[in-house]
Amino acid sequence: MLDFDVIWRNLPFLMLQGFLGIGNFVGGTLRLAIPSIVLGFILGIFIGIARLSPQWWIRVPATMYVEFFRGVPLVMVIFWMWFIMPIVLKTAIPEFGVALTAFVIFEAAYLGEIVRAGIQSVPRGQVEAGTALGLTSAQGMRFVILPQALKNMIPSLVTQFIVLFKDTSLASIIGFMDLTKAAQVVNNREIRPFPIYLFIAVVYWVCTYSMSRYARYLEKRIGPA
Amino acid sequence: MNYKFNWSVLWTGESGQWLLSGLITTLELSVAAWLLAVALGIISGALRTVRVWPLRAAATFYVEFFRNVPLLVWMFFWYFAVPPLLPQGIQDFLFAHGLEFWAAVCALGVYSGARFSEVLRSGIQSIPKTQLEASVASGLTTFQAYRYVILPVALRIIIPPGTNESLNLLKNSSVALTISVAELTFQTRQIETYTAKAIEALTAGTLIYLVLCVSIATLMSWVERRTAIPGLIVGGRQRR
Repeated sequence: MLDFDVIWRNLPFLMLQGFLGIGNFVGGTLRLAIPSIVLGFILGIFIGIARLSPQWWIRVPATMYVEFFRGVPLVMVIFWMWFIMPIVLKTAIPEFGVALTAFVIFEAAYLGEIVRAGIQSVPRGQVEAGTALGLTSAQGMRFVILPQALKNMIPSLVTQFIVLFKDTSLASIIGFMDLTKAAQVVNNREIRPFPIYLFIAVVYWVCTYSMSRYARYLEKRIGPA
Repeated sequence: MNYKFNWSVLWTGESGQWLLSGLITTLELSVAAWLLAVALGIISGALRTVRVWPLRAAATFYVEFFRNVPLLVWMFFWYFAVPPLLPQGIQDFLFAHGLEFWAAVCALGVYSGARFSEVLRSGIQSIPKTQLEASVASGLTTFQAYRYVILPVALRIIIPPGTNESLNLLKNSSVALTISVAELTFQTRQIETYTAKAIEALTAGTLIYLVLCVSIATLMSWVERRTAIPGLIVGGRQRR
């Protein structure tokens, strides 16, 4: 049962191919997670701002976007992208592109809510002070509100980044060679499910747990605003 | 590629039956996993707030380990890695009675239990400490204080975040398709495989999930209003 030799034999494949994405296959948990987090956050900022727009034709679609994606499973969104992207773009899309698009679109809905809450946590007087100084509303958002809002959001943002990091495992469903898929491949060859799946659970755990420790440290250092 | 819509695939052939059976399996899986998750969440969430450190450490280990690993990994773990460790009799029984369903219940229930636990812990911690001290002072044991004073209040406070977690559980049940549980997403894929009409099939599945989520959210906000304790500051502050 506890034959950990199997891990040692397959360590290069699991970690280099599965975790980092260096190898013959297009894959890598980190290679998917990092751009997903960055792009999802950027889209999330725009959605969070749009949710608070005074113009209804910006606010209503943004609200519908958030409510829609928060009511649908991520697996569904991945399948949607898998089928719809080739039809719309009229060409074959690699798994990486499909997974990245699905994660960015899906997570932006959740990140948008965090950004909205963060913006709302900045006192109104700050907006008025910005306007009084002669800033346009875009400048006020960019230089006054967002920097303060971002500080307030850090704990919930990191929590959501952890969720996104774990969610990247679902890219293996459409055949992306991430850590989970690499474990499946190794298990099909070796038939040692217990040590293999326990090992990747620990790898995921080390990443997510250190992220959550870092969030707690940031929370303490910055303190509630 | 030119895509031709043909919505009739959803009501011709066996599509309707598949969607219905998928919906039923999703609900069965979610309810079973929810019961397990709530039980584990209440026990471990309460244990994380007690003074006896070995109990607290065990509960912390459970929460931090199971919550921080992807659900998909747990699905594979419970489906492939756990059954061979069980005695032969239990293995035979499980293989005869839908192993993948029970593996999915364990994976989803134990994973969500760790998340419920965090919700309950924050609920308990938002109750003033004096409540526990008052109950102990009036002669209750710690267990009785939790059972009759702390938990009834905490469970009401956590209805909004608890509903959120329950909806997450429902949506996460779609991951069970990876170990071939024939739930809603699995059946949606099946319609796509048989009819090659991906957009129609996915629309049907997506709408069912949306309707489920919206109705549960509506139901729970009614429950929240019904069970609110009048004049309770903590309860009032939670509502928006």
